[in-house]
Amino acid sequence: MPASDVAIIGAGAVGCAMARRFALEGARVLLLEKGADLLSGASKANSAILHTGFDAPAGSVELACMQAGYAEYLEIRDRMNLPLLKTGAMVVAWSDAERAALDGIEDRARTNGVGDVRRLTASEIREREPNLSHGALEALLVPGEHVIDPWSPFLAYLLQAKAHGAEIVFDAEVLGGAFDGDGWTLRTAKGEFHARTIVNCAGLYGDRIERTLLGEASFEIRPRKGQFAVFDKAAAELIRTIVLPVPNERTKGVVLCRTAFGNVLVGPTAEEQEDRERATVEEDALVALLDRAIAMVPALADVDVTAVYAGLRPASEEKGYRIRTLPERNWITVGGIRSTGLTASLGIAAHVFGLYGEMGRRHQPIADPVWPTVANLAEHRLRDWARPGHGDIVCHCELVTQREIAQALEGPLPPGDFGGLKRRTRAGMGRCQGFNCNARLAEMTAGRFAAPLAADEAA
Amino acid sequence: MTATPAPRDDGVVDVLIVGAGPAGLSAATALKRLGVGSVVVVERETEAGGVPRHCGHPPFGMREFSRVLTGPAYARRLAARALEAGVTLKLGATVVGIERGESLVATLTDDGGLFRIEARRIVLATGVRERTRAQRLASGDRPIGVLNTGALQAYAYLQHLAPFRRPVIVGTELVALSSLLTCRSVGAKPVAMIEENAGPTVRRPFMALPRLLGVPVRYGAHIVDIRGKPRVERVSIRTADGSVEDIACDGVLFTGRFIPESSLARRIGLVVDPGTRGPSIDQFGRTSDPRVFAAGNLLRPVETAGWSWDEGRRVAGFVADDLKGRLPSADGATAIEPGRGVRYIVPQRLAPGGGGLDRLQLRVSAAAKGRLVARRNGAALASVALSAQPERRVLFPAAGLAAGPGPVVVGVEPLSRVTGC
Ligand SMILES: Cc1cc2nc3c(=O)[nH]c(=O)nc-3n(C[C@H](O)[C@H](O)[C@H](O)COP(=O)(O)OP(=O)(O)OC[C@H]3O[C@@H](n4cnc5c(N)ncnc54)[C@H](O)[C@@H]3O)c2cc1C
Ligand SMILES: Cc1cc2nc3c(=O)[nH]c(=O)nc-3n(C[C@H](O)[C@H](O)[C@H](O)COP(=O)(O)OP(=O)(O)OC[C@H]3O[C@@H](n4cnc5c(N)ncnc54)[C@H](O)[C@@H]3O)c2cc1C
Repeated sequence: MPASDVAIIGAGAVGCAMARRFALEGARVLLLEKGADLLSGASKANSAILHTGFDAPAGSVELACMQAGYAEYLEIRDRMNLPLLKTGAMVVAWSDAERAALDGIEDRARTNGVGDVRRLTASEIREREPNLSHGALEALLVPGEHVIDPWSPFLAYLLQAKAHGAEIVFDAEVLGGAFDGDGWTLRTAKGEFHARTIVNCAGLYGDRIERTLLGEASFEIRPRKGQFAVFDKAAAELIRTIVLPVPNERTKGVVLCRTAFGNVLVGPTAEEQEDRERATVEEDALVALLDRAIAMVPALADVDVTAVYAGLRPASEEKGYRIRTLPERNWITVGGIRSTGLTASLGIAAHVFGLYGEMGRRHQPIADPVWPTVANLAEHRLRDWARPGHGDIVCHCELVTQREIAQALEGPLPPGDFGGLKRRTRAGMGRCQGFNCNARLAEMTAGRFAAPLAADEAA
Repeated sequence: MTATPAPRDDGVVDVLIVGAGPAGLSAATALKRLGVGSVVVVERETEAGGVPRHCGHPPFGMREFSRVLTGPAYARRLAARALEAGVTLKLGATVVGIERGESLVATLTDDGGLFRIEARRIVLATGVRERTRAQRLASGDRPIGVLNTGALQAYAYLQHLAPFRRPVIVGTELVALSSLLTCRSVGAKPVAMIEENAGPTVRRPFMALPRLLGVPVRYGAHIVDIRGKPRVERVSIRTADGSVEDIACDGVLFTGRFIPESSLARRIGLVVDPGTRGPSIDQFGRTSDPRVFAAGNLLRPVETAGWSWDEGRRVAGFVADDLKGRLPSADGATAIEPGRGVRYIVPQRLAPGGGGLDRLQLRVSAAAKGRLVARRNGAALASVALSAQPERRVLFPAAGLAAGPGPVVVGVEPLSRVTGC
């Protein structure tokens, strides 16, 4: 019998939630990730909005997963010390044409069970958001759209999975494998692994994994880049509600939104590309985003940019999720989780576990799970710097303490690269972008990363 | 979730100074020498001295100690002098907020957690930093090896590490030249120095240094791509003739284009000048809250350590006067506004009655020759001959400008237009 019940390929948002769900249901989980850390792919860069599903396709699996994921996040977040920045969102009409579209959006929201939406007049908008440009004509308020920390939840999910026996292997790119009628043998960069069933959560490589292991792919990933600019924390007092545009065919459009870390972001763009690796930022696109942000909130013109980044959506040639089972091959693909995976991940995991059950698999669920907690990085809640014994502040802009960094480095799932440390602590992600702390972080992480900060070490 | 622990109370002081760089330390030392009772300097780093702590190169200290020192030696001397004068130094203590109600109360954090200090006056001396790659909106990947000079210096002189071996240096301000020396000290060999403009920002003779070190300089070069994973592998630049060229490297150093570290000033609600990006002050260093003063490079990008030191000392004199009730009211100040060709002016306001810093400091936005003229309602009040480059110090006499109603605009004018003074 294979050592693991399931091998989950990919530790993105979806794979991490999947590992947790299967571990809680009593399955012996193996999680194989190509990168040096979790969230090395599409999931490292997104808008961090917890969506209600108000504008999702009615009756879709995506909508069901989003709403289930949303509900489960609210249910478990206190136990794992995960934040929720309650902002609400407004779909703002800036033209008469957009105004005309609000009816349809409101109808869709109600159809989708998001019944607490309501219309705001221009003056109600101004009252709620005095710094928003007076060009806002009308809006649909969606009170349930909120902001989360896009990284910590997935660390928490993996910690819980690990606590319940999941084996998590990084730097383990799946290179090939074979099915013997009973289970799979996977060939990876870290050697061979055996598992009965495979759950393909490989994100931007979901189709490639199918081709490699099944011989052919049932869908095609078409990466869609989204660039962002992040404003300094001074911007956070200028806007509280998420500002959504009236969406068009291709994308949800450019959003202006607070972050859990006390900044304001503008983005994303939507740019189709072939490349699955490079998520570059481009000056022209960034300038356009900043212009757009300033058009929405003119006072942003006086606020500095803190960071710029880009992510790749694992979109496919179709709009919806690409979830399918091949019971005769002990196989499940969870692909094309394009632009709602942060919200839907817990719901997707529960849905997929249901499909797995339909394949005839049964385990003994964990009766009394442990609930590991993660460090709070959200600005609106107590941070380590306010508590005694933190050592000193290492990253001044984000007020990251020596203790936080030590705990991340010594924790049960230490970061595998510098990006992983940043996502666990926010060190180096603030307005000075490492001017003050980069060298100290190089010293504190010496000998730990295959890709070290100091070049001496690399040599 | 646990509630925020109540901060400890660290009592009341006469003057609290935020930042132990040259400006903060000299202000503190001067205050003690002027007989002010309790003077506390708080510094978020665990060592005093500010930026010079990690400028391993000379020349520092001519003005202050009449000798040439390296940055670290200079930083140590400034700190020793402050301690000798009776200043209390709190290191590893970060100011996270200042309540400006009836009294001024700073909230800080150190290893002991949150604490509060009430102060009769506060001096902000939080310095400057360099514009980051993100702020410059430079295109490309975001790999390891992209940093500012401040970070390079900290690698070299504080951690004794090299962040890269073959970097591209971006910029030609003095700090870019200093970075060539810092690179040398860690055995890194820059492969190119690139500059957006058609010529260097520093005076031409300085550009002998890259030549001497064999570092090619490219003018009119704009970064269009930074590539590499996990570390920088190459930079693509577009040159003046529109062609794109790749430079193989393992790092990108973005130098200079300084901006004041005014995040605390902003957070506590002080008026920040869009020109300098530092707090707006009058000639006594008073910010929009006249109990809160500011000095050093927080005021503007960018001056030398010696200048910041001197400014700290002078602002200390005004603080001491203020504690004795001897400063004129901050009300009714005359606004001093940048006119044509002027990027910023500091002080941004002159309180009635004169005194204080006797010169306006400004920078031109582009190379300029002619006269610098101060006008109120079109009438010229004063003027000086001008031949200036961007990023270079320009001074203008402040005397007499405050007399009269309405703002004063200081701008660059061609020689022929100036009349009436
Ligand atoms: C610009 C942008 C904005 C977004 N905003 C939001 C938002 O506000 N709210 C929201 O809910 N969602 C949002 N999303 C969507 C969300 O980020 C994605 O749906 C989600 O990250 C997809 O996760 P994933 O696990 O499917 O993919 P990934 O994160 O790519 O995970 C796949 C993992 O598989 C690994 N892998 C690949 N090949 C192999 C192999 N051969 N062997 C082993 N491992 C392999 C990869 O390294 C990767 O870590 C946004 C996305 C983008 C890009
Ligand atoms: C990379 C770089 C290289 C330079 N090289 C030179 C050079 O070679 N020669 C030269 O003359 N000048 C140089 N300068 C200019 C430099 O700014 C001045 O030399 C001088 O340091 C300015 O002194 P200051 O006291 O205004 O600020 P700083 O020296 O910057 O000191 C400010 C201090 O405030 C502290 N601080 C900030 N915020 C807080 C807070 N909230 N709580 C507690 N403490 C806080 C900081 O940690 C810092 O120690 C350089 C500047 C930079 C950035």
